[in-house]
Amino acid sequence: MTNAPVLELKNVHTYYGNIHALKGVSLTVGKGEVVTLIGSNGAGKSTTLRTISGLLKPRQGEVLLEGERIDQVPAHKIVERGVLQSPEGRRIFPRLTVKDNLLMGAFTRSDKAEIEQDLERVYGLFPRLKERVAQRGGTLSGGEQQMLAIGRAMMGRPRVLLLDEPSMGLAPVLVEQIFNIIREINSQGITILLVEQNALMALGVANRGYVLQTGQIVLSDDAKALAANEMVQKAYLGIE
Amino acid sequence: MASEAVGSNFQKRVIPWRTIARVALVVFFVLFLAVPLFNILVQMVTNPQLLLRQLLIGLTNGAYIALIALGYTLVYGIVELINFAHGEVYMIGAFFSLTLVGLFSLSDETPYATRIPLMLLILVLTMLATALLNAAIERFAYRRLRNAPRLAPLISAIGVSFVLQNVGLLWGYLRFPAFNGVMGSNAVAPKSYPQLIPNDNLLAPLEGVFGEAFRLRFTTKDLVVIVVSATLLIALYTFVQRTKIGKAMRATAQDRDASALMGIDVNRTITLAFLLGGALAGAAGMLVGMYNGTVVYTLGFTAGLRSFTAAVLGGIGNILGAMLGGLLIGLISALSDQYISTEWTNAVVFGILVIILVLRPNGLLGEDVQQKA
Ligand SMILES: Nc1ncnc2c1ncn2[C@@H]1O[C@H](COP(=O)(O)OP(=O)(O)OP(=O)(O)O)[C@@H](O)[C@H]1O
Ligand SMILES: [Mg+2]
Repeated sequence: MTNAPVLELKNVHTYYGNIHALKGVSLTVGKGEVVTLIGSNGAGKSTTLRTISGLLKPRQGEVLLEGERIDQVPAHKIVERGVLQSPEGRRIFPRLTVKDNLLMGAFTRSDKAEIEQDLERVYGLFPRLKERVAQRGGTLSGGEQQMLAIGRAMMGRPRVLLLDEPSMGLAPVLVEQIFNIIREINSQGITILLVEQNALMALGVANRGYVLQTGQIVLSDDAKALAANEMVQKAYLGIE
Repeated sequence: MASEAVGSNFQKRVIPWRTIARVALVVFFVLFLAVPLFNILVQMVTNPQLLLRQLLIGLTNGAYIALIALGYTLVYGIVELINFAHGEVYMIGAFFSLTLVGLFSLSDETPYATRIPLMLLILVLTMLATALLNAAIERFAYRRLRNAPRLAPLISAIGVSFVLQNVGLLWGYLRFPAFNGVMGSNAVAPKSYPQLIPNDNLLAPLEGVFGEAFRLRFTTKDLVVIVVSATLLIALYTFVQRTKIGKAMRATAQDRDASALMGIDVNRTITLAFLLGGALAGAAGMLVGMYNGTVVYTLGFTAGLRSFTAAVLGGIGNILGAMLGGLLIGLISALSDQYISTEWTNAVVFGILVIILVLRPNGLLGEDVQQKA
């Protein structure tokens, strides 16, 4: 990439107690890019995103946001700096209304008028949410909850959006829709780091990709090249 | 085939403890409690005046129990810890307010023009003090244990509770006019709280108009306890439901990590829950001190038991539930005092706690606790 990375991980090691989950992960995400991180179950994809968001502190290595280290910054401060995440399993607030869920996404902001505008923008992306503003989050369907989780992250005006398996558990039509929305969000200038099991779709929207295996990056390339890579085809695309 | 057989055998061996407990409770209820309960019911119906009197007492009790119960529920909702020291925070609130009453030399002779503002000032200062105390307890006794096995913070809470009880005991030794005493006077003895609110019966005129059947008792004190409690409860509820910070508190209670991903400072939100719970307990301490006219270092135990039961009855973690539970436990205690006997009231409240835990652990308004994990 020619432009300086917005987000960079340098040799990051993250542990859960004694479990060494990330073993020296390095990656970069350039401004305006969609970068995907693919890998099988337990490879460390979610751990990578949780480390970037500051929910986990790496024991070694650096996480840089626009050149500044954020690996020891508390999670809520990282959000203030424009890194928003839609976590694995949606994690919406089940007993808050849809609207309040979205407003929680804008927690760090105080520009009331613009928050209202952004609400409308999210309803524009996800018209279903608009019909359900007063409903409790926990009563939404799985697909609607996924939309809410992405919409909620959008409410924080992300500079970098981290998406952890946004297509998980969705019907094929909805998967298609979610990926279209990811494209649309990116076209608004938002940088995206996308974690997916659905490698085919992910490589379809991404500019570049990384392959993670048991806590290590084993491959990185342009999305097209990765999709054509024999090892990737075998392991993640189900092509023999 | 073979594995199927093993499977079904295994299923047969599962003992349905819960069902057994339920059946046992029902049998116990019918055999031992039905007759006395029927007896009580007859008494209630035949003497409605007495019943009404007790219900009025129960209302006042319920108001302060609800205040304390909220502290249990706010904290449990957000850190899933039963703050066993909470009853003690309430007791310290009572001592603190009585100390201020002494420092300001308030008595039943102070003119109202200065008495009322000073009492409000004392209320605010007491709430501030217990709020800070409760937050300090979280900071020093619970925060480090947040990711430890659940038993650890629970034991820490019981430890804090003992420490605070002894602080109350030492406080009683102070050479202080409000404690009617000089150094060496009996620390264990209740300290008397001056009669700052008149004890006149507001319902006395009813008897004059409607006759003896309406000889009810509801004093200015009752009114003050209920009005102050209701104001605080409504204020808290509005805060938690309507404000951004209040919503962030509910969000943190529902999903701590997701809240951090929204930019919510989880530690600060937890501190806020302890501050709010502590403030309400302090208010209750002052109100009850004034209402009963005494303060004693053991005050926290009974109040803690009743309020905790109230929180569980309403559904621990549920704010409206704590208010409803407080009211119900207040009413039930007052009825038990009259129709069973005061010595048995704690047992009755404990019994209710056991019954809820067995039959409906989520309480009256509680969400499914199991699903939360
Ligand atoms: N809270 C935890 N405590 C202990 N170990 C954990 C914890 N979370 C994850 N791990 C371990 O860390 C490793 C990486 O997990 P991670 O959740 O990052 O995988 P993932 O690539 O996101 O997998 P998936 O595709 O299934 O979501 C796994 O071996 C997992 O067992
Ligand atoms: Mg994952």
